Amino acid sequence: MSTVDLARMQFAGTSIYHFLFVPLTIGLAFITALLQTRWHRTDAPEYLRLTKFFGTLLVINVAVGVVTGLVQEFQFGMNWSGYSRFVGDVFGAPLAMEGLAAFFLESTFLALWVFGWNRLSRRVHLATIWAVAAGGVLSAAFIMAANSWMQNPVGYTINSAGRAQLTSIGAVLTNPVFLRSFVHVLLASLITAAVVMLGISAWHLRRGSHAAAFDRSARIALAIIVPATMLNLLVGSELGVTEGKFQPMKIAAAEAQWQSCQPCSFSLFQIGGGADDHDPTKILQVPHLLSLLATNHWDGPVAGMDELQAQYEQQYGPGDYVPNVFVQYWSMRVMAYLGSLVLMIGLWGLWRRKKLADSRLFLRVAVWMIPVPFVINTAGWVLTENGRQPWIVQGLQKTQDAVSASVGTTAVVVSLIVFFVLYGVLALVDWGLMARFARRELAEAPPAEDRAEEPDLAPSY
Amino acid sequence: MTLVAFWFLVLTVLWVGFLVLDGFDFGVGMLHGVVGRDERGRSAVISTIGPLWDANEVWLIVATAGTFAAFPGWYATMFSGFYPVVLLVLAALILRGVAFEFRSHSESDRGRRLWGAALTGGSLLVPFGLGIVLGGLLGGVPIDSDQEFVGDLGDLLAPYALATGVTLVLLCLVQGATFLTLRTGGAALHARARRAARVLAPVVALVVLGFCTWTRVESGNGFLLSFIELAAVLAAIAAAVLVHGGREGAAFAATSVTITAVVLSLFTELYPRVMVSSLGAANDLTAQNTAAASYSLTVMTVVLAVLLPVVLLYQAWTYVVFRGRVRGPRVDDGGPGPDIPAPRREQVAAGGAPSGDEPAEPTSPATTARAVDRRRSPGPLPVRRLATGALTLLWAWLLSQDVPAGRPPRSR
Repeated sequence: MSTVDLARMQFAGTSIYHFLFVPLTIGLAFITALLQTRWHRTDAPEYLRLTKFFGTLLVINVAVGVVTGLVQEFQFGMNWSGYSRFVGDVFGAPLAMEGLAAFFLESTFLALWVFGWNRLSRRVHLATIWAVAAGGVLSAAFIMAANSWMQNPVGYTINSAGRAQLTSIGAVLTNPVFLRSFVHVLLASLITAAVVMLGISAWHLRRGSHAAAFDRSARIALAIIVPATMLNLLVGSELGVTEGKFQPMKIAAAEAQWQSCQPCSFSLFQIGGGADDHDPTKILQVPHLLSLLATNHWDGPVAGMDELQAQYEQQYGPGDYVPNVFVQYWSMRVMAYLGSLVLMIGLWGLWRRKKLADSRLFLRVAVWMIPVPFVINTAGWVLTENGRQPWIVQGLQKTQDAVSASVGTTAVVVSLIVFFVLYGVLALVDWGLMARFARRELAEAPPAEDRAEEPDLAPSY
Repeated sequence: MTLVAFWFLVLTVLWVGFLVLDGFDFGVGMLHGVVGRDERGRSAVISTIGPLWDANEVWLIVATAGTFAAFPGWYATMFSGFYPVVLLVLAALILRGVAFEFRSHSESDRGRRLWGAALTGGSLLVPFGLGIVLGGLLGGVPIDSDQEFVGDLGDLLAPYALATGVTLVLLCLVQGATFLTLRTGGAALHARARRAARVLAPVVALVVLGFCTWTRVESGNGFLLSFIELAAVLAAIAAAVLVHGGREGAAFAATSVTITAVVLSLFTELYPRVMVSSLGAANDLTAQNTAAASYSLTVMTVVLAVLLPVVLLYQAWTYVVFRGRVRGPRVDDGGPGPDIPAPRREQVAAGGAPSGDEPAEPTSPATTARAVDRRRSPGPLPVRRLATGALTLLWAWLLSQDVPAGRPPRSR
């Protein structure tokens, strides 16, 4: 395995891992803020219980989200110094803005929220959790702006030293890919947190613990899941059309479309279709659907990979411009099919919303849905990042030219092992804590903790 | 001042901010076992930084991302060159970062001890590793004419770099100790914090004197200390004197000034270079030859000018909110927050001003009824409102789409 492959594996692994926690915390921050707002307005104790319950889950996951995000901040320089030199002028700016605008906001106000319950007025305390939610949204905005630039570079020029140089920050922040992918990620975050909330509520409803409170939280989750999933399927397909415009190879590979076609049909499943098989056996084809998805036109033409490969060879010189088709085809389907499944489950729940506690089968299914949004999120990232290969910045720099020249294979292997072990431990502990807290009863009264008061530590002022 | 010089200054300030603020977090992390001694004490010691450390760590993230944005060439060479050291720092930051949360949720003593050890070890290794990096910038590592690092681990662990690491660890220790003397209540705990500060401060003063002289020599300027290095030494001596005089606030200020001056001296000796090459001055990375273009720097300057004052304001506010000495450990495992059912402002409002000996809770049926009245009922779930909103959005989105050509609506 080459250094490039190992470095890619490390980046993919650490990013995917990081992104298990990111959408959950962005969504949970919003949901916690929503619950606390309802408590603030109605004074119903159930809402306070739910706020604390889901707030605790938020805080545990933020801890892991923050430390795994740290790694990303350094990794561009460690493994991808060729990339950092080439694009730092453009790519660094959104990262620095993210730190200044989002991370300070999130970390400061989360601490104020956690420790400020009895120090801040109720109104100010409510504002702190909304500030945390806003921080998460801002963070997503800057990261998606940076990522979208890799998919569709805009607002730059290549200077005399052969490096990308920012010429318009406005163009970077209004990149058509960015606007869609940002909304797509935000909605995905909401869905992720809502599905987790639904699953945990369903688990408690099945056991009949705190039915009133968890009935409320389950219904709130359903009220988020159904519209958000509907919207996200649309935003996602719109993102597909936009990316198809700038990265036709990505879309062609996602459909394993080797030959150009017009109109194009969409296959529900296929057998074969890898790099050596240009004529896969497509099963259950839906006519015109691919044309519609990829171009928004009933009879839209979709360029096949063979044609694109020839075109790129002419444009960029000899080379293999086709990403891994198998990964591309199936990540697209996993994402879309499971996304639709979430919508179906949501509709089912909405239909049964008045008698959720009696819908035993639904509750059982809802618990088992908890891992699904994480699989969808991962598939979505694999789809968009694998589809960009062999480029690291579409049309400007290839991934193989982006790695650090001075970093040897041993260093990458060692760091890969270090991260693998550390992240494994974090996953185990976090999962254990989540499971313990999610199964916990809602607090009835302040638990009498033996370490709650310490006479030795009386305040001196 | 040119934009490039300004951004070098900004990064210096970010590093100073990080090491002064997260410095006491590292110090407290390293000392929490010694000063805390038993479980309650350890909890109390950790509580002093519980609400602060996460935001303090962001200074490092912003310094890193700021380097990426303003000096991409520096960022690329520094992190790929110092690869193993940066890996160590990252692992330590990860362990320290999760230790707070995981430790407080541990159910067993063993778990608490384990995550406590992670906190201590992580807090030690981060300043040590970062010291190796900062010392290496000035001490010099092999960099070729393509700005690529060409050395190995041995080149990174040069004596001066290691000395910088040790100095930073000691500075964080004394910073944490003086911080604890300010923030711990309770006689035993406070006494142990003071003892730690008293032991550490004179040692640190000596080490700072030695390190500053070495820095001066390392950068080829003879033995005579510069104004900033002199300030560092004087502040370190002042800290030792103040600690022994029991002037806790002033002592913390003095250790903060020491860290500031030490970091400033490193960066001023470095400028206009950003990474010294041991293969000859021609290969040095300078602020100029690694900087981003002026448009990028201008954008960043505007963003910084708008955001940094706001950030400083709300960070300062956090310190006001969490001022005062810590008497007990952080919130219980059941999650933070008021007791349930919560004391409601309406109860006080409805019950009128509580009289002297009467409890604040409304006791007569009439006031209770009024309190219930004043409280709004839970109300219907926002299902309908949310769904309506989403459908409106959906509709607006569909309207914004021009009907695709060749797709006559519903004609096929």
